Amino acid sequence: MPEDPIVAVEGIAVRRPGALILREVSLELRSGEAVGLFGANGSGKTTLLRVLATLTRPSSGGGTVLGASLGTDAVERVRPRIALVAHDPALVANLTLGENLRLLALLAGRGVDDATRSLEAVGLSGASGRRAAVCSNGMRRRAEFARVMLAAPDLLLLDEAHVGLDPAAGDLVAHIVESVTGRGGGVVIVSHERERVGGLIDRSLTLADGRITEVGR
Amino acid sequence: MTLWRQAALLLGFQLRDELRTGEVIAVVIPFGSIALLVIPMAVGIETTLLARIGPGMYWAVVLLFGVVVTQRSTASSTPSHRDALVLLGVDPAARFAATAAASALLLLLFEIGVGLVMIVLYDPVVVGWGWLALVLPLVAIGLAMLGTIAGSVTDGGGALAPLLVAPLAIPILLGAAQATEGLRLGAGILRWILVLALVDVVLALAGVLTARLLEESSR
Repeated sequence: MPEDPIVAVEGIAVRRPGALILREVSLELRSGEAVGLFGANGSGKTTLLRVLATLTRPSSGGGTVLGASLGTDAVERVRPRIALVAHDPALVANLTLGENLRLLALLAGRGVDDATRSLEAVGLSGASGRRAAVCSNGMRRRAEFARVMLAAPDLLLLDEAHVGLDPAAGDLVAHIVESVTGRGGGVVIVSHERERVGGLIDRSLTLADGRITEVGR
Repeated sequence: MTLWRQAALLLGFQLRDELRTGEVIAVVIPFGSIALLVIPMAVGIETTLLARIGPGMYWAVVLLFGVVVTQRSTASSTPSHRDALVLLGVDPAARFAATAAASALLLLLFEIGVGLVMIVLYDPVVVGWGWLALVLPLVAIGLAMLGTIAGSVTDGGGALAPLLVAPLAIPILLGAAQATEGLRLGAGILRWILVLALVDVVLALAGVLTARLLEESSR
């Protein structure tokens, strides 16, 4: 019997006053698969990612994410299995990187040691006591990946994950993507840099004006 | 994890964030004290008049500057942080409780700091100071919850939040002012304590029951 897909959505539309952000988008993400999502600014990539993260309710269309039907209370049960790395880091500026990770670890029901280990894993153990506000963009991005490691998600959604990262950190992204797909999860990567993420994905989708216009390898 | 455990964790980190920025202690409390200082300059230094109007002026300052305390920058998260908390499964009611509790503690600090300035400058006659141990927290809790709800409705506060809080805080201001006036006259103030407590209960219910709805509408 085939495994349930990580994501199976069909006919997704998202309307905002005066604008149709997504129209008739259908997408299936299978277990162990990584998909690249490309498109110009304003094409609807981030909105689609937020729909998949269950943070934006579609205006029409539906489907399931990790087996939970979109738009129902069931999504609350699967949310802890989803990690979203957005444009802006999910860090409190005046807390240190260590404090930020500890807060998230404790809220996730994990231990303080897990937060320390995840910071070590992304090469930030020496910066644990530094406030997020005075860290470079690259360090904040690495801290975001520490958050992902802490969450060990079944669905990882990366929005421009390579922005502000040096080549070594690029390897870190590859490691995280492989660890999620390797244990049967799914990954969606939004990017403008096809060359940089090309080696990480199994197939690509291109969005234009809220529609999927191209499906690649 | 229980709602209360989530709220306690968020409260601890929010207070740490606030202590680092020092927005309330270093800015709002001195600014409120200056407001109390300029009033005697405007109305004239007549000690009897000042002693009579002191408590009223104090509560007006607590209300107006209290809104600033509840809308401080550390009371709202960035959208990304909010999303991360949602995905962790943090109950919106826990976020409301944590933010309101942090605001209430800071408001209490504000009330005490500015209250001492008011006593020095206005020398009010108040009998039964012990009652203030009940009035001050009740006002702080009420204003904190009102400000937190307004911050959610206006998605992070902004200029609209004070406009929303000020008229809705009238029952709190009325209860507080009448209670201290009762203390000045040596009259009973139990009914005003009950008014303040009732307002707090209503706001707590409103905050908890609307937390999820307000969070979803802000996404």
